[in-house]
Amino acid sequence: MKYIDEFRDPHLARKLLANIRACSTQPVRFMEFCGGHTHAIFRHGLRQMLPPTVELRSGPGCPVCVTANADLDRAIALARLPDVILVTFGDMLKVPGSRGSLQAAKAEGADVRIVYSTLDALQIARDNPERAVIFLGVGFETTAPTVAASILQAEAEGLNNFYVLSLHKLTPPATRAILDAGEVRLSGIIGPGHVTTVIGSEAWEFLPRDYSVPCAVAGFEPLDILRAVAALMETVEAGRPAVVNAYSRSVRPEGNRAALGIMRRVFGVSEADWRGLGRVPASGLALRPEYARFDAALAFPVDPGPTREHKGCRCGDVLRGTVEPPDCPLFRSVCTPAHPIGPCMVSAEGACAAWYRYGGADV
Amino acid sequence: MSDKILLAHGSGGQLSHELVEHLFLKYFDNPILAQLDDAATVHVSRFTFHVPGSFNGTSNLKLAFTTDSYVVSPIFFPGGDIGKLAVCGTINDLAMRGATPLYLSAGFILEEGLPLADLERVVASMAATAQTVGVQIVTGDTKVVDRGKADRLFINTAGIGVVPVGVEVGGDQARPGDVVILSGAVGDHGMTIMSQREGLRFDAPLVSDCAPLNGLVAAMLEIAPQAIHCLRDPTRGGLATALNEVAGKSGVGIEIEEHAVPVRDAVRAACELLGLDPLYVANEGKLVAFLAPEVADGVLDAMRAHEYGREAAIIGRVTEEHAGRVVLRTALGARRILDMLVGEQLPRIC
Repeated sequence: MKYIDEFRDPHLARKLLANIRACSTQPVRFMEFCGGHTHAIFRHGLRQMLPPTVELRSGPGCPVCVTANADLDRAIALARLPDVILVTFGDMLKVPGSRGSLQAAKAEGADVRIVYSTLDALQIARDNPERAVIFLGVGFETTAPTVAASILQAEAEGLNNFYVLSLHKLTPPATRAILDAGEVRLSGIIGPGHVTTVIGSEAWEFLPRDYSVPCAVAGFEPLDILRAVAALMETVEAGRPAVVNAYSRSVRPEGNRAALGIMRRVFGVSEADWRGLGRVPASGLALRPEYARFDAALAFPVDPGPTREHKGCRCGDVLRGTVEPPDCPLFRSVCTPAHPIGPCMVSAEGACAAWYRYGGADV
Repeated sequence: MSDKILLAHGSGGQLSHELVEHLFLKYFDNPILAQLDDAATVHVSRFTFHVPGSFNGTSNLKLAFTTDSYVVSPIFFPGGDIGKLAVCGTINDLAMRGATPLYLSAGFILEEGLPLADLERVVASMAATAQTVGVQIVTGDTKVVDRGKADRLFINTAGIGVVPVGVEVGGDQARPGDVVILSGAVGDHGMTIMSQREGLRFDAPLVSDCAPLNGLVAAMLEIAPQAIHCLRDPTRGGLATALNEVAGKSGVGIEIEEHAVPVRDAVRAACELLGLDPLYVANEGKLVAFLAPEVADGVLDAMRAHEYGREAAIIGRVTEEHAGRVVLRTALGARRILDMLVGEQLPRIC
């Protein structure tokens, strides 16, 4: 299939791997920020194809996974309100909060609907004028502009039953938080391809500048990822950390100005609560005061009750990259995709789900 | 475990299996049900017939018996409708035991207000499909529920077939050394339904593969009546789930070559867009066969000569290693686990 097969070419992959092997003189550890990368790496078996000197480590780039329990509890409480339709992307449905999940709330009668696009959420609002439609805004800079656009559209149409619970998060501050904590030594970062399509590769210049850590922005096909690894190897071996755009068919240095513009028009930067990282300043997006009437958190004050963390669950550590999923005592024994304890086992971008589904390198 | 039924309990994946094993088997337990195959096989020889005026004695009939309910939404879709699906699905479950289908029952649950013309269209489609297959719908039932208590129409069919003497096809019969053959491209039915679904509609040249497979199976059995060990139609949960079921029940490992599994471009494209893996998407006119290597070429030729097996291909083999697990060799040459479907891709696919 065009645009897919050329990025999965086994001959080119072997060439890139040979290059990586040839220039590797020291052990390195690269973190793939994005959960989409983690799954691509496992799905295509890339870890086992790299030389033993190159270690890949999963990062916090799974928006579902980094959603804190308190925020999840609030979403579940909103879904249980009478005359509310909670609209979400599918991945959030099964994530266990302090008590139950959206899926369980749905089975008990809450009206929870899955959409693939915020435009579908708007349509649900148009079709149900007598009910409040709350869109669960979970996602990084990739998702936030589309949610912003839906709010502008709702405003233009005068839709007064459409709301957003904004749990959006920003990726550079999270990367900074991980490097500041210094718990895991990283030789380089594989930058998130879709996020960077929006924010631009310039947004990662702080990595070489402030931390002497190189960053290679990658697409999601196997050759994209191998190309990024090869680029990181070169900068490490040359001792010249830099930002490399290894996804130039999508990413520009300045990003997508239209998307950024619409996002900044509707959202302002705020503190956000991350699973694993805790409260990180200037790492979230909140609705600006002029759009406050769309803010579900303001329109529907709920008391979700006390927050409970899942005992023994090490999702937080997995998200910071300090451990790998099999290091968690619950992994595969208690926590499975059918009966998940933590979000990293639920999400299609979660590291635990990738390990469980595709196995480690020992298959 | 959740104390409520979730949509994922109907996915054909992990939670469906748990429901069957922890609830239905607990109460209905018997050796025939415990086969947990697409259809149960019962030996009529266990009973002695006394038919006045004809014969007394013991028959050697092996019957296959199965039932399935159909709730697909929408009820009409490119390549089929709920009626055609209800006939083909049950025929296929019988065929997967090597049985020749004979008779079907049809039970209808209708929602008040359903246009009679829609019902007639569905029933005519069932009749036409049954006729091409050579089975008769010999008994039935109709119930009507209040508007809103069911979605338009649900159908249950049950089927009886006869297993030819010497044929031993079952989910626990795959053995190391067997070749794995797939009858054609995967994912057509699931992606077609998805493309038609409210709130998800997208334009793609997709057509359901909904088809009766008894003729294809008969052609295969004619070549190798005893060397075909296991047949599965990978419906809900897709090829990956069907392979895992066989690996588990037969206690063998299975290795699949990713590049050998045929997938149509339109299906691949739609799956890429929605983040789905075609190996987990439902089929309604495909089968996967496990058979002795010496008959593989002959069976493959017979399949390719049949209208529902033109794209048949060898996709892997059965191993002694990693018993109970399916391993996929990726296009890049790496190896990884191919697990059973977890969760629900899309409810009401069949």
